[in-house]
Amino acid sequence: MAKTETKKHTPLLHIVKRDQGSLTWYNRLLVRGIAILAALLVAGVLITLLTGKNPIQVYGSMVSGVFGSPRRIWNMLQGLAMLLCVSLAVTPAFKMKFWNIGAEGQVLISGLACVATMMFLGDKMPTVVLLLVMTAASVLAGMIWAVLPAVFKAYWNTNETLFTLMMNYVATQLVAYFLKVFVKDGSGVLTPMPQYGLPVLGNQAYLLNILLVALLTVLVYVYLKYSKQGYEIAVVGESENTARYIGINVKKVIIRTLLVSGAMCGLAGLLLVGGTNHTISTTTVGGRGFTAIMVSWLAKFNPLYMVLTSFLVIFLEKGAQQVSTDFRISSSISDIITGIILLFIIGCEFFLQYRVVMRKNRKENA
Amino acid sequence: MNKTIALECRGITKTFGRVVANRNCDLDVYEGEILAILGENGSGKTTLMNMVAGIYFPDEGQIFVKGEEVVIASPRDAFAHKIGMIHQHFKLVDVFTACENIALGVEDKGRFKLAEVRKKVIEITQRYGFIIDPDKRVAEMSVSEKQTVEILKVLYRGADILILDEPTAVLTPQETEKLFAVLRRMREDGKSVIIITHKMHEVLSISDRVAVLRKGEHIGTVNTAETDASALTEMMMGVKVELNIQRSQPRDPQERLTVKNLTSVNPEGRPMLADVSFTAYSGEILGIAGIAGSGQRELLEAIAGLHSLTGGEITYVNPKDGHVENLRNKIPIQIRDLGVRLSFVPEDRLGMGLVGNMDIVDNMMLRSYSKGKGMFLHRKEPRDLAQTIIEDLQVVTPGASTPVRQLSGGNVQKVLVGREIAAAPSVLMAAYPVRGLDVNASYTIYNLLNRQKESGVAVIFVGEDLDVLMELCDRILVINAGRVTGIVDGRTAQKDEIGLLMTKSHDANETEAGEGA
Repeated sequence: MAKTETKKHTPLLHIVKRDQGSLTWYNRLLVRGIAILAALLVAGVLITLLTGKNPIQVYGSMVSGVFGSPRRIWNMLQGLAMLLCVSLAVTPAFKMKFWNIGAEGQVLISGLACVATMMFLGDKMPTVVLLLVMTAASVLAGMIWAVLPAVFKAYWNTNETLFTLMMNYVATQLVAYFLKVFVKDGSGVLTPMPQYGLPVLGNQAYLLNILLVALLTVLVYVYLKYSKQGYEIAVVGESENTARYIGINVKKVIIRTLLVSGAMCGLAGLLLVGGTNHTISTTTVGGRGFTAIMVSWLAKFNPLYMVLTSFLVIFLEKGAQQVSTDFRISSSISDIITGIILLFIIGCEFFLQYRVVMRKNRKENA
Repeated sequence: MNKTIALECRGITKTFGRVVANRNCDLDVYEGEILAILGENGSGKTTLMNMVAGIYFPDEGQIFVKGEEVVIASPRDAFAHKIGMIHQHFKLVDVFTACENIALGVEDKGRFKLAEVRKKVIEITQRYGFIIDPDKRVAEMSVSEKQTVEILKVLYRGADILILDEPTAVLTPQETEKLFAVLRRMREDGKSVIIITHKMHEVLSISDRVAVLRKGEHIGTVNTAETDASALTEMMMGVKVELNIQRSQPRDPQERLTVKNLTSVNPEGRPMLADVSFTAYSGEILGIAGIAGSGQRELLEAIAGLHSLTGGEITYVNPKDGHVENLRNKIPIQIRDLGVRLSFVPEDRLGMGLVGNMDIVDNMMLRSYSKGKGMFLHRKEPRDLAQTIIEDLQVVTPGASTPVRQLSGGNVQKVLVGREIAAAPSVLMAAYPVRGLDVNASYTIYNLLNRQKESGVAVIFVGEDLDVLMELCDRILVINAGRVTGIVDGRTAQKDEIGLLMTKSHDANETEAGEGA
């Protein structure tokens, strides 16, 4: 009796952790390639079922939406640069295991500081001075927004996730308040002020942003990998006990890192408002502060890989927009495609870490 | 023998990734016997038993209970076949009483009646001679009492086959004797007891038969009465080994580190160290003995500057100029800046001494990264040091850029001890430096400590194996509940004497009650 009953309990499959380095790089690439193909296949079937459209054409439209014309390429690069900038900004904090989900607010409040400078001081000082003041104001605002939760975390061990999240709402409401009070016509929409924006290089509106972010990428990479401060961030992130053991002042590192992180958010705010929109609304950051966390994690906190992961996200975003215009289908469909592809790409990490063993026929030789 | 076989394993194999934990293991246990499973750390003792207890599922092989093949896919299945395991780490609810913990998770039909549980628990305790108050809360219990509750839990569920994973690791010699008395009574009652251990003298005193595992394979099972320690060691190691520690007389001992009336509390305000005083001399090994969690860790961390103190003094005499430094309430960097050469091998290797995800080079840098000018790291010196340590201490690793997490326990410890010794310390503190290491690696570490002692370092060694402490140390400080209960001479001290000091003052009543049982 026991025999027949327990037989059923034999697990059909069990999951076994892979050895480190048991997969070669091309095998890893293969797994990821298969994941993307599978994602395209599943999304394709879904597109056909739900809309009756030809999935190949849909994918073609995605590619054209991203690379179809020089303007589209510039747009893509600009989107890439902005997302990458915020991703770089959150990375030092995340590497330290400081779960900063407040980049959205940190960028927005810097944008507010920037737009306020443009509005109130724009006609009162020479361009060069104005640019310096704009930069200083943005960076300072980002730093303040980031360092507040850090100080509370360092001294009173408050939960940084909640704290940074709440700071987002404060920033959003401050922007709403600003628009209500200072936009004279009462529409709540601030007219862009391109005359006070960042300089335009070679007639390409986004070139300066892209170059600055490229430079920042290299700087962050070097900072994290080769500087003493970067090393301290890594040690504190891996184990606070080790940090104390070797005498790192953990409080100081937390505060300093969030100052760095906040300053980079400030730069992102400057580039978004001063370098792109020349105005502000409550949705200026547009969720980048959250998407950036995913970009940073997917790249395993390596700034160079982040270029690739930001590209992936931007490609999906711009491509999906194109799909909804070309085929006049609801933008929800493109969200679904984006979701499916991301799910498969993140999901395939599981198969890189583990393998699945099926039940074997058990030998009956007793 | 005309005994019935209670449990039988045939051809059990289990692999984790590339690591083979068990290969083709056979094992059988009779009713009414105590079987010891002997093997070094990492020889697959616990994994094999975890498969019997339903924690892991074997890749290959069969398990029979009373001659019937069974499939054990979960602890619930194991209990259905009357198999119960007492793990090294207790799984008890602190705010519950012994009885409540025992009742937890038992699915009886009908209403839950604690009074009946209590009655049954008392019945079991009387039958086997346990000493426990069924209404005491776990939070107020000593380690040995908690262990008793774990055993009761298993017996309450009607287990006939009990597996104990290193049960004596947390017990004093006296408590161990009490436990063994209980186990013998279970044997008389017809139960099968499997005890996992790597302590030779315990194997010889408690078991009827010994099964020896080596590198995941079952080497053989012998009758305890027909074997001896050296034969078992040979089976365990595969080669004949001479294991003894050369203990030289301390040469020219000088006062190096003096701790006076040290007092500290943990963040919750509970006292961790009370009035601790001792002196460590150069050229000697000062052992620290005590039940796990008696304040050994806190003491070393306090000296290393990781805890702030509520009272007392720590003074260090510089061997170069005889200058006296006060280390009280200084953080590690300040201590180092004073020119105090204090090295510390903490108990938690990958959680404190090293960073698991960093490679050997970056781990070498932990102590020295801030040296050198500029804001950038200098990786050349640490790289050279990593290379030297890998060669000198024969660290088995694919290279200096392998994350230390991927090394085996012994190699991790070599990296850590190597780094701490490379700092040319004048005081070297090591907390449980051989925990989890195989015999060979352990002796490598003992030799390293001995060499430091001979070169005039004051070595402070926290250990758990009293036999080793008595072989290695010049003096042994015994600590209990954060208090020093005695300092004895390592050459003349008796094990009983140390054992008594380990429990002195804090549960004197209990010890007496135990003697009566």
